[in-house]
Amino acid sequence: MDFSFTEEQGKFRQGVRDFLEEEIKKGYWEPACDAWVQGFNPEFTKRVAQRGWIGLTWPREYGGQGRSHIDRLILTEEMLRYGAPAACHWFGDRQVGGAILSFGSEELKKEFLPRIVKGEAYFGLGMSEPGTGSDLASLQTRAVEDGDYYVINGQKTWTSCASFSEYFDIYARTDPEAPRHRGISEFIVDAKSRGVSRIPMIDITGTEAWNDVFFDNVRVHKRYLVGEKNRGFYQVLHQLDYERSGMERLMGNYPLFEAIIRFAKENGLSRDLVTRNKLAQLQIEFEVGRLLIYRVALVMEEGRAPNWESSMSKVYCTEFEKRLACVAMEILGPYGQLKWGSKFVPLRGMALHSYLGSKGYSLQAGTTEILKNIVALRRLGLSSS
Amino acid sequence: MNLALTEEQEMLRKTSRDFLTEKCSKKFLKQMEECETGYSKDLWQEMAELGWMGLAFPGKYGGGDMSFLDLAVLLEEMGRACLPGPFFSSVVLGGLSILDIGNEEQKQEYLPELIRGERILTLALTEPGYHNYDASSVTAEATRDDSNYVISGTKLFVPDAHIADYLLCVARTKPRNGITVFLTDAKSPGTKCTVLKTIAGDKLCEVVFDQVPVPKANILGRLNQGWSAVQKTIQRAAVGKCCEMVGNIQRVLEMTVDYAKERKQFDHPIGSFQVIQHYCADMATDVDGARFSTYKAAWMLSEGLPCTKEVAIAKAWMGGACQRVFALAHQIHGAIGVTIEHDLHYYTRRAKAAELTFGDVDFYREIMAREMGL
Repeated sequence: MDFSFTEEQGKFRQGVRDFLEEEIKKGYWEPACDAWVQGFNPEFTKRVAQRGWIGLTWPREYGGQGRSHIDRLILTEEMLRYGAPAACHWFGDRQVGGAILSFGSEELKKEFLPRIVKGEAYFGLGMSEPGTGSDLASLQTRAVEDGDYYVINGQKTWTSCASFSEYFDIYARTDPEAPRHRGISEFIVDAKSRGVSRIPMIDITGTEAWNDVFFDNVRVHKRYLVGEKNRGFYQVLHQLDYERSGMERLMGNYPLFEAIIRFAKENGLSRDLVTRNKLAQLQIEFEVGRLLIYRVALVMEEGRAPNWESSMSKVYCTEFEKRLACVAMEILGPYGQLKWGSKFVPLRGMALHSYLGSKGYSLQAGTTEILKNIVALRRLGLSSS
Repeated sequence: MNLALTEEQEMLRKTSRDFLTEKCSKKFLKQMEECETGYSKDLWQEMAELGWMGLAFPGKYGGGDMSFLDLAVLLEEMGRACLPGPFFSSVVLGGLSILDIGNEEQKQEYLPELIRGERILTLALTEPGYHNYDASSVTAEATRDDSNYVISGTKLFVPDAHIADYLLCVARTKPRNGITVFLTDAKSPGTKCTVLKTIAGDKLCEVVFDQVPVPKANILGRLNQGWSAVQKTIQRAAVGKCCEMVGNIQRVLEMTVDYAKERKQFDHPIGSFQVIQHYCADMATDVDGARFSTYKAAWMLSEGLPCTKEVAIAKAWMGGACQRVFALAHQIHGAIGVTIEHDLHYYTRRAKAAELTFGDVDFYREIMAREMGL
């Protein structure tokens, strides 16, 4: 057992911090909550790519660095600590690249991985549909073979980063006769394809958080089928394990955490026993969450896909993010209700944004309820009736 | 970073689990709670022969030259078995403190006997009205009398004092008003011990020191400046208790899941119902959080790294986690779990006792607040 980081890892962390501090100092961007999924900054993504920090764990032959999952966790932890605008590359880096790497053909790997690594291919996800949330196997989008092509029809929803996405990683039914888990396939669809359209959805904070994405007779060449036909459901489970695995589940609103601690100190509120107690408890919970996530990275480092481990950490951590937002609102009192841009608004409106925005954290990428099912079934061996 | 046990630690875990499964049945637990001494001399000797008392001590005192992290593995297994008796008092509170601050003569005198299972030690620290583990609430006085000291005062919640041979008594030394740790003979006249009736059925005692003479040579560590050593003992004890609790709640999780798989209602195992599954998942998360935060603190202690913050995280988290885990364990077990026919109560009662000792949740939250600069 060893809870320390190597000297090399420490240097790497410092290198990431230096880079991000320099970026802030130059005024390129301001730290923000949820910037990993809402901060679209192609120039930033380019600069991150130049350092080789996208696809960090991927093999060198596809442009990656072949580094460890702990290194990647260090990198993302610092990105989140500084609230860096990493949304352009986040999905490709976190999960779509990995999915292509695990299941895609050599041709697909060569086409996409080097471009993701260079910060030149942005991805959105097409899993959920209007009638399909937690029960993902019920999806209705169809892909019908037509010569060398599949013709895709249907609607995806809750697609993050869709306005900026150049590609969608989507799941569609390819065999409606088969048992529903065994008739789904995964495709990469160019967002510029004829028949693809998007309608933005505004979230509770007033931000364009997602899009509805429509597919109207979209023709996709067969080489953009990822993995085996009709194996898409099993592939998406694998991909979701990675989607849930990261530090963004704990640190999505980290800039608020730092800001509210500073605010409490500067305003003498931290002398109040109740406030001290609340903030200390948050810090304790934060540190425990961090350990649960590092455990996930160690599982990946062993070469296993994290399964119940990432479900557990995501459940725990998204609940933490909600509590953090609640405590921040309590500490700010009536000022907490002021929106960004208002006279008297404290902490650039981060508390309000996070309080509202965090309601969605425990829904995306597997609801808390689905994830607890996974822990119960896979970790504890309980079975459903 | 690596969260796995070494091969040696895995072996220690296995052998200790096998041994305790055989020797420490629930029937035995019940006997130990009811009997006056609270431990079995035979078992104590067997543990000594296995090298458990000496595990984390240097070979020159007869110890096993292993680390505190190795001891943590053993403590986890003891917690899993709800092992009764003075192991924690003798080794974690007594022996390791002597190793820390005793002079060579004292180490030679006390440690080999402890390691052979011939002597029982404990720590007499807390007092009536004592709540927070700070120096100002130590009021027992040691007054200089020629070359000796005379101790008077009352200590409370002293574990296993009734069977101890020596007490590490934390006292306020006059005339300088500092804190000093004394090794006192538990059987000396003037030392009166009363066993309290406690939630865990362990043997916590009131110890009254009435003009107890202690030779100067029995000062452990520095005269008047003993508090920092006491703090280290408290820290180590807090982590040690956490290790026991990891074993405790891990076992409770397993028992609860097993019960949920077996117990049928509405023609189905209750563990097939989502609400029960989610309760179990919540328990598992608390157990894992407790495990990692505890082992992180144990690892840092073992490595000699400063770990005020990590100890606070571990013990504060453990307190809350135990409360949640036991609320759910009892809910899932249903009414049988609140009877003495079922084993669950042994764990419930011990967890609460551990939560209250060596700093509770509020105590460590305040330490955390200070560490954060609040």
